[in-house]
Amino acid sequence: METTLCIDQYTPHKSASSGAAVASPKPERTLSYVDAVREATDQEMDRDASVILFGLDVDDPKAIQGTTRGLVEKYGPERVFGTPLSEDAMTGVAIGAALAGLRPIHVHIRMDFLMLSMNQLVNVAAKSSYMYGGKVKVPLVVRSMIGKSWGQGAQHSQGLYSFFMHVPGLKVVAPTTPYDAKGCLIAAIRDDNPVMYVEHRILHFQKGPVPEKLYTVNPGKARITSPGDDVTLVGISYMQLECLRAQRYLDDVGVSAEVIDPIWLAPLDIDTIVESVRKTGRLVVVDNGWTSCGASAEIVAQVTERLQGVRDVRVQRLGFAPVTCPTSPPLEAEFYPDSRRIAAVCNDLVHGKSQNWYPDERPELKDLEFKGPF
Amino acid sequence: MYEPLYKSLYRIRRVEEEVARIYPTDKLKSPVHLSIGQEAVAAAMCAPLDRHDIVFGTYRSHATYLAKGGDLKAMLAEMYGKGTGCTKGKGGSMHLIDIDAGVMGASAVVGTTIANAVGYAYSVKLKKQSTIVMSFFGDGASEEGVFAESLNFAVLKKLPIIFVCENNGYAIHTHQTKRQGLPDICGRARAAGLPAELIEDNDILTMHERATAAVNALREGTATGPAFFECKTYRWKEHVGPGEDFKLGFRSKSEAQPWIENDQVKRVAALVPAVARKQIEAAVEAEIQEAVAFAENSEFPDLSELTTDVFHTVSTPAAIQKAA
Ligand SMILES: Cc1ncc(C[n+]2csc(CCOP(=O)(O)OP(=O)(O)O)c2C)c(N)n1
Ligand SMILES: [Mg+2]
Repeated sequence: METTLCIDQYTPHKSASSGAAVASPKPERTLSYVDAVREATDQEMDRDASVILFGLDVDDPKAIQGTTRGLVEKYGPERVFGTPLSEDAMTGVAIGAALAGLRPIHVHIRMDFLMLSMNQLVNVAAKSSYMYGGKVKVPLVVRSMIGKSWGQGAQHSQGLYSFFMHVPGLKVVAPTTPYDAKGCLIAAIRDDNPVMYVEHRILHFQKGPVPEKLYTVNPGKARITSPGDDVTLVGISYMQLECLRAQRYLDDVGVSAEVIDPIWLAPLDIDTIVESVRKTGRLVVVDNGWTSCGASAEIVAQVTERLQGVRDVRVQRLGFAPVTCPTSPPLEAEFYPDSRRIAAVCNDLVHGKSQNWYPDERPELKDLEFKGPF
Repeated sequence: MYEPLYKSLYRIRRVEEEVARIYPTDKLKSPVHLSIGQEAVAAAMCAPLDRHDIVFGTYRSHATYLAKGGDLKAMLAEMYGKGTGCTKGKGGSMHLIDIDAGVMGASAVVGTTIANAVGYAYSVKLKKQSTIVMSFFGDGASEEGVFAESLNFAVLKKLPIIFVCENNGYAIHTHQTKRQGLPDICGRARAAGLPAELIEDNDILTMHERATAAVNALREGTATGPAFFECKTYRWKEHVGPGEDFKLGFRSKSEAQPWIENDQVKRVAALVPAVARKQIEAAVEAEIQEAVAFAENSEFPDLSELTTDVFHTVSTPAAIQKAA
C-alpha cells in the first residue's frame, strides 16, 4: 500500500504553473528510498571523480541504513571515509575541500547533530559566494536524517530544516519518494551551492518507481501529487505521506484535496502552491517540524501575501505539538499530526466550522511503525 | 569494601540483563544502550562519591545512574514510557535523571554533558560547596571540540571535577584507531594541564583505589583542580539494543573473549564471603522484581502531560517579579 501512495505520484496530471515539475512516465523499476540514495551517490561518484563522501559511520557495517553500502569498496577509502566524532571541524573540512574544487557529501545520521555544524554552515558555507563577491563556490551536500517513534525522543527526532531555509545562500530539499530522493540528490551534488538534503527515517522504508538512468529533480519545483478542488494540502517530507492518506479519508466525505509536495523548501516553488490555492481558496500546510517560524509559516505567509485582495483564503498549519518530542508512546502519538487529524482539519476548513468528523482508521492507511533497536 | 562494590556491580549487571530479556516483548519502546561488560567503571568511580556529589552521563548511562544510587523503579518505568518514570515518560532511557541521588542527567548528543558538568563544577566552586562533580563520557566523545574546550576551562578555573573517559574502544562500530591519529586520550588531557591516569583491563580494584584517592584529594584540598581518568573497558553487547554484534564483522568474538573472561562481576563476587554474597544477590533480585512489576503496572502519563514542562513552572512571570 505504501507503494501505491508513491506510484500515484507519477500518474500524469497537469502542472498548475508552467514551472512545476510534471509527473514523469511510470518507470519499470521499483527501488527503496535507501537504494535510490545509494544509487544516486554511486552514479555521481562514478561520473565525477571530484565527488567525495564522508561522515560518521558512512563506512561502517550498517552503512547509514544502507545508503552508503558498497561505496568504500568501489571508490576506496580516500573518496569514502568515516570521520572522527567532530561535526564542527568536519563541516569546515568539507567547506575547505569544496573551495578547493571537490564536491563533498557530508552525512549525518541525525539532523539533530547538525546543531554542532551550525557555525560553519551558516557563517561560512552559506556566505562564502556572496561575501567573496562571487569569487568562490561551495558545492557541498549535507545529508541528514530525521527520526520518529520508538522513543527516539528529544534529541533524535527534530526536523530542523527551517533553520536553514532562513539563511540566504543555502538550498534545502526534503524529498519524499524514492524517485525524488534520487533525482534531488543528483541535482544537489551537481549544484555549485551548499544544499541541505533532508531524509526522514520512516521514508527510508518506502518503495517506489526509480529510473535507472541519471536524472535530476531540480531546485525550485514542486509537484502536485494528487489533484483536487476543495482544499490545497501541502505536506513536507514524511508528512506528504500523511497528507496523501488524509486525501483518501477526505474522499469518503466528498472533500477533494489537492495534495502538493514542495520537495525543495529553498528555493521554494510558491507559484504552484499559489495557483492551487487560487483555485481552492483553502490551504493546509502540514510540516514535519514545529509550526512557529517553520516551513509551514513561511508557505502560509507567502501565499497570503500573494493572494490578499485577490482571493479570500482560509489557512491552517499543522506540525509537531509545540513541545519537546516525548518518548512515551501515547504522548508521542499526540505529538505528531497524522492522516486522520489532517483530514478532520481539512474537512472543517472546507465547511467553515467544526464538523465533529474524525475518520475511523483504515488499516491500509496505517502508518508504518519503526521497530527498535535503531 | 568488597560488599558494597559487589552490590553495585551485581545490581547493574542484573538490571541490564533484565532489560535485555524484556526488550524483545516490545514493552520497552525505547532505544537501550547497555553497558553490560562496562559496569566496573561506573561502580568503581562512583563508589567514593557521596549522595550529594554530582554525576553527568551519556545515553549509555544505566550503569552510572545505578552506581550513583539512582532509583531503579523510576528508571524502569521510564523505559516503559510510564508516568511514574524518572522523567514522566518524556525523556526515555537516554535521559535518565535522579536529582536526589546526584544524577544530573544524560544527553544523546555525544559530548554535550562534558561542558555541562564543568559548568556545574564552576557553580560548586563559586558557592564554596564541598560537592565533587564527575563527568562520564566515551572515547568517541573525546573527539568533539567540546572535550578540548571543556578541559581547558576546567583547568583554567581549577574546578572540582573528575573526568572519566569510559574507553570501550569503539564508537558504534568504529575502532578508536580508525578515528584518532594518536589514540592517546590521557595525553590530550595532560596537554590541557590535567593529571591523567590510564587504567587498563577494566580493573575495578585499581579504578576504585585511584578514584578514592582523587576524590579524597579534592575533599581534603590537596588537589586544587580537576583530574582525569581513562578507563579501558569493553562493551559486550551491540551499540544499541539487547543483542550481540559480532556477526557484523567489525570486531570478533575472540577480541571480546579476554574481556568476558576477565569479568569484574565474577572477580569481585569471589572476594565476598558466600553468605554475604547470597544476601546481596537475593536483595538485588527482589528489588528488580519489584521494580519490573512497578513499571509494568504503572499507568502511561496522562495526555495533559504532553504540554507541561516546556518551561519550568517556577519561572512564571509572577515568580520572576517576586524574585526581583
Ligand atoms: C554529536 C553526535 N554525533 C554523533 C552521534 C551518533 N553517535 C551516537 S553514539 C556514538 C558513538 C559514541 O562513542 P563513545 O563516545 O565512545 O561512547 P560509547 O557509545 O562507546 O559508550 C555516535 C557516533 C551522536 N549521538 N552525537
Ligand atoms: Mg566508546
